[in-house]
Amino acid sequence: MTDTARHIPDRLQSPLQRSLKSWESLLILVAVGIFVANSFASPYFLNAWNLSDATFNFTEKAMIAFAMALLIISGEIDLSVAAILALASTAMGAAAQVGVGAPGLVLIGLAVGVACGAFNGVLVTLMGLPSIVVTIGTMSLFRGISYIILGDQSYQGYPTDFAFFGQGYVWWVISFEFVLFAVLAGIYAFVLHKTNFGRAVYAIGNNATGALFSGIRVARVKFTLFVLTGLMSGVAAVCLTSRLGSTRPSIAVGWELEIVTMVVLGGVSILGGSGTIPGVVIAAFVMGLVTFGLGLLNVPGIVMSIVIGALLIGVIALPRLWSMWRRA
Amino acid sequence: MIRRFLFSREALLVGAILLLLALISTRFPAFTAPSNLASVFNDTSPLILLAIGQMIVILTKCIDLSVAANLALTGMVVAMTNLAFPGLPVVAILVLAIALGTVMGMFNGLLVWKLGIPPIVVTLGTLTIYRGIIFLISNGKWVNSHEMSPAFKAFPRAEWLGLPVMSWMAILAVVVFSVVMSRTTLGRAFYAAGGNPHAATYAGIDVGRTQFWAFTISGALAGLAGYLWVARYAVAYVDIAAGFELDVVAACVIGGVSIMGGIGTVGGALLGALFLGIIKNALPVVDISPFWQLAISGAAIIIAVILNAQANRAKGRIILKSAEHPA
Repeated sequence: MTDTARHIPDRLQSPLQRSLKSWESLLILVAVGIFVANSFASPYFLNAWNLSDATFNFTEKAMIAFAMALLIISGEIDLSVAAILALASTAMGAAAQVGVGAPGLVLIGLAVGVACGAFNGVLVTLMGLPSIVVTIGTMSLFRGISYIILGDQSYQGYPTDFAFFGQGYVWWVISFEFVLFAVLAGIYAFVLHKTNFGRAVYAIGNNATGALFSGIRVARVKFTLFVLTGLMSGVAAVCLTSRLGSTRPSIAVGWELEIVTMVVLGGVSILGGSGTIPGVVIAAFVMGLVTFGLGLLNVPGIVMSIVIGALLIGVIALPRLWSMWRRA
Repeated sequence: MIRRFLFSREALLVGAILLLLALISTRFPAFTAPSNLASVFNDTSPLILLAIGQMIVILTKCIDLSVAANLALTGMVVAMTNLAFPGLPVVAILVLAIALGTVMGMFNGLLVWKLGIPPIVVTLGTLTIYRGIIFLISNGKWVNSHEMSPAFKAFPRAEWLGLPVMSWMAILAVVVFSVVMSRTTLGRAFYAAGGNPHAATYAGIDVGRTQFWAFTISGALAGLAGYLWVARYAVAYVDIAAGFELDVVAACVIGGVSIMGGIGTVGGALLGALFLGIIKNALPVVDISPFWQLAISGAAIIIAVILNAQANRAKGRIILKSAEHPA
């Protein structure tokens, strides 16, 4: 609850001490631990192609998680991201059926994402509704529209050059998706940590009224963040659709909770006001490594969810348990 | 009293539900026959049970996303218990279901109370953990109708005064929690803890412990609903009620429960659940393609939320109404 209070005495410590105690270094330890455990657990783990494949477990979710991180830092949330992804994917599928080429498909996917995000943004900022409720509604609405368009069918038959976005390799084992993920991580880190816009996001999350009185256009910033989340859902839709080569209305079901988990695991406070992009990047790797490692051990997908859930609660609970134990 | 009701959120919702029923009956008159309405109510009973628990949790400024997973895990455990000990009386099954649900709710509550982890994070975590455990104990297998004992399946369908027991359970919960929320110190503490946590603390209310009890109640109701659900539909599997947690939150919000805490009534949660239940039951019979249903319920949620926000700008529940308006 009192994350801000915890940070004040930290400023009095040296930068080295501070970074060693930070959330990110704790997460890196977890990631390295899982990496080592994986390489002992399975002889197939340490293989460049395998590791490259493993990145597909998290790159698409992480792209959405970057924008979601900004949104959660500003004190809002978007539970409709997976539904936006499905609707964007459906729209691309419908366009592919009538012979639209790869550039057109990408444009359509991104445009649908932006439109859905703007719709959320209008409802939240103009009408002043709580985002968690609005996006529960639009989550059903957007996915419902995909069902209306597709029914129980699926779309296939995308143009061959469209496959590059989800299946192409830029250099040796480095996939296009991974490069996109890295570039987006850089852009989001720069925007959040080095620009006035990023500063405004933190200010709004810490004290929206205070931010308003200091001249930050709170509604406009929040609207932009919803559009960004929609856009990133569109980007993820392009990658996922291209990788799978097909669209179903049930595509990416349940991703919204995984993405929120990724963001929170990355050290972003769900109450708003604190968190970093590097944290989210490391959390993405942690979740990707866990699912990949357990997959190599033939652990079924749903059991991985126990590990992810326990990781989420454990990583957040352990520092608090530790401080309680030290005080006692 | 009557005047106050006429302008309340509940009256607005009753009006909306009546309008909805009138609209449906123009296309399908048999829908409003008493026997059909009773079956719609019966279908909505699990949603009502969970919505009451969720309302109490939301009142205290928390949220419980693990209710559907709790329901599913409890349902699987009682179904497997029934499989292993077919002779076990239904009362024992009922006690087991409520106890198990309560324990899971308490686990959420403890993490929120003692460790101060945000409720959305806790229940997001336990949601995935509880679902995963279902797979572990069942190995992904289903428990089917023919594997359950007749008594186990008969209980929620047994009729009493013309209504199935499942409906009576929902009615009982509505009555009990109406009293708890309006006539007990615990009920008042829920409103106080969510309405203004600092003031509540100064008034001697332990906000954390109040939140713990809210999660406990929510868990107990989810456990009860878990047995009823599995016995009624006579099947238990990993994905039972997947995504149902969002329906529950939606029912609360439609029923006028403020997501910021402190505002909401049992009657509101009941009406919100009925509103969603009627829409979901009516769409198939008025011949709307199943593929439209998700979009329509999504649109209904958004419209209800917008209307609610317009009707209730900057109004809170005032605990001491008589003190504000003497005489």
